[in-house]
Amino acid sequence: MAGVAVSTTINGDHVEYLCQPDETLLDVLRDRLGLTGAKEGCGTGDCGACSVIVDNRLVCSCLVLGAEAEGRQIETIEGMAHGDQLHPLQQKFLEHAALQCGICTPGFLIAAKDLLEKNPSPTEEEIRFGLAGNLCRCTGYDKIVRAVQDAANVMKGA
Amino acid sequence: MQEADGHYKESLYNGRSDHDHQGETMRYIRPQSIEEAAGLLASAAGPAAILAGGSDLLVRMKGGFIEPELIVDIKAIAGLSEIKETADGFSIGAAVPCAVLGENAALKKAWPGVVEAAKLIGSKQVQGRCTIVGNLCNASPAADSVPALVAAGAKAVVAGPNGRRTIPVEAVPTGPGRTSLAKGEIIEAILLDKRAPNAGDAYQRFIPRTEMDIAVVSAGVNLTLGEAGAIKSARVALGAAAPTVLLVEEAAEVLVGSKLDEATLERLAKICAGACRPIDDKRGTIEFRRKVAGVLAKRVATTAYERAGGK
Repeated sequence: MAGVAVSTTINGDHVEYLCQPDETLLDVLRDRLGLTGAKEGCGTGDCGACSVIVDNRLVCSCLVLGAEAEGRQIETIEGMAHGDQLHPLQQKFLEHAALQCGICTPGFLIAAKDLLEKNPSPTEEEIRFGLAGNLCRCTGYDKIVRAVQDAANVMKGA
Repeated sequence: MQEADGHYKESLYNGRSDHDHQGETMRYIRPQSIEEAAGLLASAAGPAAILAGGSDLLVRMKGGFIEPELIVDIKAIAGLSEIKETADGFSIGAAVPCAVLGENAALKKAWPGVVEAAKLIGSKQVQGRCTIVGNLCNASPAADSVPALVAAGAKAVVAGPNGRRTIPVEAVPTGPGRTSLAKGEIIEAILLDKRAPNAGDAYQRFIPRTEMDIAVVSAGVNLTLGEAGAIKSARVALGAAAPTVLLVEEAAEVLVGSKLDEATLERLAKICAGACRPIDDKRGTIEFRRKVAGVLAKRVATTAYERAGGK
């Protein structure tokens, strides 16, 4: 199989793969590595459903080439829980019913994790602004914002 | 994580994807030097594209608007991912994401208008990737960072097969989607002057919602004040008001010598409205864009004046 050989780190694990030069990181994660948590909503960076963290930066994996992952540290939704222990954000999304169809949820969780790591006590406005790159057509966002606020409180107490 | 790790390995050996029959004529290269990058671009037989943040390129590839034979990823080139503070000011590397501009305290203090414009581009996810050089070279008339850069008197360092040249930012876009760069040329960095005391810049755009939209009209203003608080020098730029960013020299002339009194602001608005050559589309009529260009010019000039220590 011709292609670009890539050596990278995903959720702390060393990973090697071959991909085509025009293949996005999202396609690599989903179709080659079986990491189907990141979703393809729009494929053009508008919806945030494919959000991952690359070298501590929140990005849309549909706007990153698989070949660009060489030598990077990538975090996906699959690395968020520790075994059966959910991340506080995941727990609070469940408790607040902050999802309906669930397509946007992995992206929201990753974006919210990035937000709280950089700003542990965000205001409601900061949460809404910080998550504005993630679209949800079910919840009307309010339950998501409440879940993030609640998770922030839990994480500060931890 | 063991289970997941096993899954990765299995994928490596058995993984086949729909992509395997595509992209076989495309090459992805990550050169280590600007000379190598320029050489690759200059010798490319087919369409070639420069990749920094990819927030325009990958969307255009996905939409089928461009099918590059060669993608040159410039992020491994030394220095291109850095903001350097020099004796002359700032040098912002071509691969620096806009999010990093917002995190640089010295740059924000010196050029708040440039930073606020760069920070308006896209969502947080896009901010982590998009660059001001990409915004400039995408050559959209509505590019947010460009009027702010033009108002700031920013320069672009262009590297190419014949060496380097430094040109004003406004000389880069020549029309929607077109630039003055020759084959093999790459903008390596954007230069901003060292800030004079009593100087300030600002940028605003009009959009029909509060965030994450394309400018209907925009304005960038950069002012330096004299000792008595009167404006000593000014640059006024309008975005989405013509096929390329407009540097409105007549507007700057009106500002110079004034303390931004009401009559000056009214004259500024009138000149900016008159300078526009906008399009009529669903996002705004010609009449609306002209009027808003004037209103924004007044507001942005007022903010720049305050930031410069006036009033």
